[in-house]
Amino acid sequence: MKVRIHVSLKPGVLDPQGRAVHHALEGLGFEGVQDVRIGRLIELDVADGTSDAALDEMCRKLLANMVIENYRIEKPELVS
Amino acid sequence: MSFRAAVVTFPGSNCDRDMAVALEQVSGAAPHRVWHGDAELPERLDFIALPGGFSYGDYLRSGALAARSPIMQAVVQAAGRGVPVLGVCNGFQVLTEAGLLPGALMRNAVQTFICREVALKVETSQSLFTSAYDTGQTIRIPVAHHDGNYFADEDTLDRLEGEGRVAFRYLQTCNGSRRDIAGILNETGNVLGMMPHPERAVEPEHGSTDGRALFESAVRSLVDA
Repeated sequence: MKVRIHVSLKPGVLDPQGRAVHHALEGLGFEGVQDVRIGRLIELDVADGTSDAALDEMCRKLLANMVIENYRIEKPELVS
Repeated sequence: MSFRAAVVTFPGSNCDRDMAVALEQVSGAAPHRVWHGDAELPERLDFIALPGGFSYGDYLRSGALAARSPIMQAVVQAAGRGVPVLGVCNGFQVLTEAGLLPGALMRNAVQTFICREVALKVETSQSLFTSAYDTGQTIRIPVAHHDGNYFADEDTLDRLEGEGRVAFRYLQTCNGSRRDIAGILNETGNVLGMMPHPERAVEPEHGSTDGRALFESAVRSLVDA
């Protein structure tokens, strides 16, 4: 079973990478970009029937740093 | 009494030797060298050091994988028993990822790797790591990091300040750290994480010997105990 974990910075946490990329986009002449936030996509291939609780635990224990990051679990039926 | 210290080496650590040399120079005893895959620390340790470097290539997040390595369970237990634990640079990142210190170390706000000597204010001499300094003293020791931007929520920052747990502060803004925090202590004062490298300021040839007093503090606290 393929699962996608989307890890993103919490609102209010400054994202220096996003800010630098924002400047670069403006430098390339792209207008109207309000903000850029950079996150991380982690693709897992786990045993069928792996519980949501187990996936949550993976995220909380390692994949995301709950001090600064949020995560969202995308399950297979939603993956096109 | 001989000072029993251990320096942990993770794959990608690169300041472990400097840390061991500094500890030996100040204490007179060569530290034990411990590998990240070891399940146990040597017995009756007086001091544990997590060195700088780029453990596991900074994969996922700086310090994230090292914090989950086998030896860290033993380090967390030792810290809980009150054994002094010093984490420098990547070691500080490992301590936050392991939950021994609050907050997180993010990418420098300036986006660049910062490698230079910085001026620090010693915020408290009331700790086993800083007793040989004077509160308010200015010291100069080097930083070398990409992810040293200390972040914690306002409540946590207020608590750190209120409890006297900010050990060192940058005199000039360095990496974007909240409230210019360079080093913090845990609640019980036996765990210190800091981005600057005291082990790189121990001998006159280093250009500064201001880091030496940190190790002297730790050795002296053992003798006084």
